[in-house]
Amino acid sequence: MRRVALSALLAHWRRHPLQLATLLLGLALATALWSGVQAINAEARASYARAAGVLGQDRLESLVPARGLPHLDQDIFVSLRRAGWQVSPLLEGQWSRAGISVQIVGLDPFTAPRSALPGMILDETRITDFLAPPGLAYGAPETVAALTGVVGLPPLAAAEGMAPGLLFTDIGIAQSLLRAEGRLSRLLILPDQPRSRPELAAIAPGLERRAPIEQADSAQLTGSFHLNLTAFGLLSFAVGLFIVHSAIGLAFEQRRPMFRTLRALGLPLRDLVVVLAGEVVLLALVAGLVGIALGYLIAAALLPDVAATLRGLYGATVSGSLSLRPEWWLGGLGMALAGAAIAAGQSLWRLWRLPLLAPAQPTAWARASTRALARQGIAAGGLALVAVLAAVHGQGIAGGFILLGALLISAALALPGILALMLAGGARLARGALAQWFWADTRQQLPGLSLALMALLLALSANIGVGTMVASFRLTFTDWLDQRLPSELYVTARDQEEARRLRDWLAPRIDALLPIWKVEGTILGGPVEIYGVADHRTYPDNWPLILGEADTWQVLARGQGMIVNEQLWRRADLALGDTVPLPGGAVRALVGVYADYGNPKGQVILGLDDLTALYPDVDRRRYAIRTDPAAVPELKTALTEEFGLPSDSMIDQGRVKEISLMVFERTFLVTGALNVLTMAVAGFAMFTSLLTLSTMRLPQLAPVWALGLTRRRLARLELIRAMLLAGLTLLVAVPVGLILAWVLLAVINVAAFGWKLPMHLFPADWLWLGLLALAAAGLAAAWPAWRLARLAPSDLLKVFADER
Amino acid sequence: MLLNIENVEKSHVSGGSRVAVLRGVSLSLEAGETVALTGESGSGKSTCLHLCAGLDRPDAGRIVVVGCDLARADDATLAGLRRGTVGLIFQQFNLIPSLTVRANLAFQARLSGRDDPDWCGELAMRLGLEGLHDRYPEQLSGGQQQRVAIGRALAARPALILADEPTGNLDEATGDAVLDLMLELVAESGAGLLMVTHSPRLAGRLGRRVRLTGGRLA
Ligand SMILES: Nc1ncnc2c1ncn2[C@@H]1O[C@H](COP(=O)(O)OP(=O)(O)OP(=O)(O)O)[C@@H](O)[C@H]1O
Ligand SMILES: [Mg+2]
Repeated sequence: MRRVALSALLAHWRRHPLQLATLLLGLALATALWSGVQAINAEARASYARAAGVLGQDRLESLVPARGLPHLDQDIFVSLRRAGWQVSPLLEGQWSRAGISVQIVGLDPFTAPRSALPGMILDETRITDFLAPPGLAYGAPETVAALTGVVGLPPLAAAEGMAPGLLFTDIGIAQSLLRAEGRLSRLLILPDQPRSRPELAAIAPGLERRAPIEQADSAQLTGSFHLNLTAFGLLSFAVGLFIVHSAIGLAFEQRRPMFRTLRALGLPLRDLVVVLAGEVVLLALVAGLVGIALGYLIAAALLPDVAATLRGLYGATVSGSLSLRPEWWLGGLGMALAGAAIAAGQSLWRLWRLPLLAPAQPTAWARASTRALARQGIAAGGLALVAVLAAVHGQGIAGGFILLGALLISAALALPGILALMLAGGARLARGALAQWFWADTRQQLPGLSLALMALLLALSANIGVGTMVASFRLTFTDWLDQRLPSELYVTARDQEEARRLRDWLAPRIDALLPIWKVEGTILGGPVEIYGVADHRTYPDNWPLILGEADTWQVLARGQGMIVNEQLWRRADLALGDTVPLPGGAVRALVGVYADYGNPKGQVILGLDDLTALYPDVDRRRYAIRTDPAAVPELKTALTEEFGLPSDSMIDQGRVKEISLMVFERTFLVTGALNVLTMAVAGFAMFTSLLTLSTMRLPQLAPVWALGLTRRRLARLELIRAMLLAGLTLLVAVPVGLILAWVLLAVINVAAFGWKLPMHLFPADWLWLGLLALAAAGLAAAWPAWRLARLAPSDLLKVFADER
Repeated sequence: MLLNIENVEKSHVSGGSRVAVLRGVSLSLEAGETVALTGESGSGKSTCLHLCAGLDRPDAGRIVVVGCDLARADDATLAGLRRGTVGLIFQQFNLIPSLTVRANLAFQARLSGRDDPDWCGELAMRLGLEGLHDRYPEQLSGGQQQRVAIGRALAARPALILADEPTGNLDEATGDAVLDLMLELVAESGAGLLMVTHSPRLAGRLGRRVRLTGGRLA
């Protein structure tokens, strides 16, 4: 019996293939955007885990130089081994040349934890190549492929299972590649240690123990980025659900006479509901699989940009190629099922409660119910209240997202009511009979179109919000870059001795030479970089301080205080005047805070003399040069001739800005792409709603045609109607989008990245978006309108016969 | 001459097969003349009226309404004719669902630029529609909807009134009052009336009576 019922019900789809396509495509698109984003996240997470697991660093403690010094001496390794400590040396560093950059991990193949090495390193045939110059560098196949042909690297060999973006070489080879002869980054403490060994302090007083790198290190830094992506994916999914909901709702309405007949013929209600639920599951599975395939394509297209963003913003290396992971495709299928369940829930519930002899005509669709609008309005008000509460009391990124979610859903729910009011206002202003009908009829279309319009609202507000954020960011960031990079040229010497010679040579030739010296260390439980600044007017003139006094720079020059970047200030919840312990035990008072966009790390700036006094071993190879911009090319040539400096150790201001901006352009490319996809989904929702409505609308249009309007004119009015609704929706979307932008800039960004951005308005962008929305609505309405214009009069006349 | 139909043929396509409905209908109507069109259900009376109103085109033959040859007219001309010249009262009322009774009543008159609130008010009163002004069509009974449809057609003072069973849903007394109203208007303005009716009594009150059988007039 159920089989018979199912085939009768499925026959509906054979007669309405377009509706079926809408349903499947809507669900598939929703699933695609969601699972595409999840695929990217899963890939990144896997990359972080692999990177953290390099050489077992996620499990093993290590010995590092105390007091935040960058290197430790190779001799210490020898003395520790002699004393019985089971340790293995590591040298890590970034090798770069001609714009290509790769992480080098130098290791000792005989002491390194065996399980963490690619098996082939110890192959007898290869080990000699690995140890003797020019050496051999192992990397993940894609890393090796990307680096093939790069001059200056040892011969490359591919090894499966390695983290992307890094090369393993022998430690001696790494020392010469990284110009760090005789130095190590740290020593891994191996798991098997002799029962008794001398105290660390007795052999190597300059070292301290550090806990295994936490797996979550990269993951924590990048977490907010992925959260952002997830939020976008969820938004697209929600927009897609609007389509599915309306398609399923329509299919249920249209089949009501059939439900009635089936029940009258003796099919129990429970069986009917079970059969229909089975049908929904079937459709969801099909659409889910299609969506996952689409999602894979989206993710594969976006992943290179995401990988570049993560590298630029967080220094996290993510594989640029995608692998199929069960956690995301199963998740995607689950989302498709859950989405279909949400979308069908209401319809199934209504069916469950439908009396046997209820009118068989589809009614719920076309009827404008003021009470329903009021109910939605109350729900919207409640959610708006939640949003306000989240804005006032919310904490951190979760609070931000609650605020965002409540705001968007509240706006979507309120939309039909607001539109109804606007249309009523239009009707009151209308003069002619046709105008009056136009407004009244548009009002009556609202219930049928409201889901699509809500989807459009979400897409438009997201567009305005994200667009405002991006544009505000770009404006602020370029200004800030101009301020932060006043120096015309940046040079890095190869060693301290060369640095000294450079200093002497440059002094008479330029306006000023500003050291960029830094040490790394831990402050208040987080990693920071500590810089020193020279006492030079460049800084007071250009450095953008968020907080500070007139004498901040003098205090720094006297070595009596420190300034920190906004990130550290917010993270550690500091106030001016607070004293902060520095690595090594010194204490300085906070005298200023500066903006430092796009930097995930905390930063501290001291006076230069203060820095060198506290950390005498600081790396002194980098300098910024103030000089006449016109003299820069000449100076570069001279430096090359005089010192043989490779071109990658000199970088001019323009290039630095270019690189910094590029990172952000790529970030925004990803959000931009998701934005466009969301808009496309909303446009599609509008199209399908208009198409389904167009067939149900004939009874409303036919009388007007009969009373003396051409079909063509009616079609034109239909077009205008769709565009009017889109335009009104845009009017609502602008304020919602601006609130969204504010939340993104002032709440989410602060929670996620640690910096707050000023908001700028770009009305020209709204105009452009408005045109886009009108075009989308026009396109969505074009086909139904064209069909109306060409409808045979006999079809219109049939409406009169069908009416009762 | 108000209306001249010559040898009009029309067939409907349903389910792939053609059904010839009108097989050579000829009829003419002078100003001030009233004609009753009778015939069995399904004989093609509504089809004939729709053709005269310019809603559809005949397969063959000629229809001239107030000097306008419908076969040659384009869509816009036909629309203008429906708006200003013809007052068609549909068998199924065909009110505009999104407009109130008041707006429905005045709709055609306003479309054709002949809005006359006094006349509309009088029509509403004579059709017994007072008190229903602010309702929507779905809130009316069948007979009430029919009276609104009649009012709507008469409000524009059309030259040719085409009425498709205008009293089908009305009780005898109301039906008589409605017919009185139409006849008065015809007498007053020199319009023509072509009315479909199943009631011999009402048909008897009109000037002439034609019967549609086998696709021809007798
Ligand atoms: N759109 C259509 N498609 C197919 N057949 C149609 C269509 N409209 C009418 N017919 C057929 O044409 C014939 C004439 O219909 P019409 O509505 O003109 O009859 P009628 O005389 O007005 O009948 P009634 O007195 O019941 O109103 C009928 O057999 C009907 O089934
Ligand atoms: Mg009829």
